[in-house]
Amino acid sequence: MEGQSVEELLAKAEQDEAEKLQRITVHKELELEFDLGNLLASDRNPPTGLRCAGPTPEAELRALARDNTQLLINQLWQLPTERVEETIVARLPEPTTRLPREKPLPRPRPLTRWQQFARLKGIRPKKKNNLVWDEVSSQWRRRWGYQRARDDTKEWLIEVPGNADPLEDQFAKRIQAKKERVAKNELNRLRNLARAHKMQLPSAAGLHPTGHQSKEELGRAMQVAKVSTASVGRFQERLPKEKAPRGSGKKRKFQPLFGDFAAEKKNQLELLRVMNSKKPQLDVTRATNKQMREEDQEEAAKRRKMSQKGKRKGGRQGPGGKRKGGPPSQGGKRRGGLGGKMNSGPPGLGNKRKGGQRPGGKRRK
Amino acid sequence: MRPLTEEETRVMFEKIAKYIGENLQLLVDRPDGTYCFRLHNDRVYYVSEKIMKLAANISGDKLVSLGTCFGKFTKTHKFRLHVTALDYLAPYAKYKVWIKPGAEQSFLYGNHVLKSGLGRITKNTSQYRGRGGVPPWHKHRLWGRFGVAFHQADVGELVAA
Repeated sequence: MEGQSVEELLAKAEQDEAEKLQRITVHKELELEFDLGNLLASDRNPPTGLRCAGPTPEAELRALARDNTQLLINQLWQLPTERVEETIVARLPEPTTRLPREKPLPRPRPLTRWQQFARLKGIRPKKKNNLVWDEVSSQWRRRWGYQRARDDTKEWLIEVPGNADPLEDQFAKRIQAKKERVAKNELNRLRNLARAHKMQLPSAAGLHPTGHQSKEELGRAMQVAKVSTASVGRFQERLPKEKAPRGSGKKRKFQPLFGDFAAEKKNQLELLRVMNSKKPQLDVTRATNKQMREEDQEEAAKRRKMSQKGKRKGGRQGPGGKRKGGPPSQGGKRRGGLGGKMNSGPPGLGNKRKGGQRPGGKRRK
Repeated sequence: MRPLTEEETRVMFEKIAKYIGENLQLLVDRPDGTYCFRLHNDRVYYVSEKIMKLAANISGDKLVSLGTCFGKFTKTHKFRLHVTALDYLAPYAKYKVWIKPGAEQSFLYGNHVLKSGLGRITKNTSQYRGRGGVPPWHKHRLWGRFGVAFHQADVGELVAA
């Protein structure tokens, strides 16, 4: 029994070993291409196993992935190892596959002002050597920078020039001039940079240091200054002839293009319903008002005319001569038909009459 | 391209309602698909939602037209109906006028239609239908103009013969 079990155990152990080996070794027709620097393994074998797998190739895919990974790891185990902080680490070789660019190529920058000028004039950069002989310290010093050759701020003795104020500090003057040059250089550098990136300089809200500004720049600077108060410009007065700034209102907001279609439809139907329900009401009101106004106008005109004629004929015709069914006035024109015609059309058309078609056209003769 | 604002929708509906009245809600709410009005370069287009989604992929300055142009908003925000809307409005029109072949040329060139030129006319069309337009029909098919007696018609894009 024991012997049998021992044999069985041995056989089993052997079987396990064989399986393990089987698992480690993978047979491929074509060898894989390895780029261990990128941990990449490329399998060029034709995927016949996958093709005849059918609609669900998951099992075959998984087996393929396992095999290829096994081969890659086999390769990794063959790399030289080293010990880093108690772990054994394999040192990967340089990657051989060239990966494509992550970001697009940088655009060529616009030329700086100096470069444009140099190009225009045809000035080429002259090759200068970095070290210059400095007489004062009798040694070679760099042309510019720390401990440069001819540094006028470092002089220990400066003669006061004839035309200068004797109480002026010449040393401070030189240091001040240096600072100004540095600041100007820095400004120009930032401006070149801003021009390259088309960014706006946040400097003093558009105020130019040399003062040569265009009308628009001045206007913008003024607007910014006006709004830069605690109340955001609400209580800033304007000059008598100054006009309100253009485009300072709120931007109009529209509905999104793909908004909720159901909501849009509902709103439109609602609008239609409201429109339809309101229609007759408005018509009647407007029509009656308009008609009344016209009647008043006619009366006034008639009265004026009658008063003129009345002076001549010695009697004032009553304004009732125009009314429907009233007695015909003596000297005045018959207007009885006018009243009748005016009321014949449906009230809804009162507001829709046009100039040439009005039945009151006979009035003014 | 953008949807219409409340004000613009109201103005446009008022204009269209003069031709088709309450049937306008059949244009808004269709059983066979979601159609919507969109504004592009001051013109109003009636377009199905599917096509509108495709058109949204075209940049605004390159997009010329989409769906059917119903009309445009003028600089003073009045809505002008175009003849391209005829196909959608004609089936729902409340009053129709059929013009005799003799009078059709005259109408085409901008003259009013006299009573002698009318072949048929829908019942209850009021005499001064005026701005409340009526699409005129040719004896055989739909004609391409709006407005009957008083010529508030759209002249520009004439669909001839």
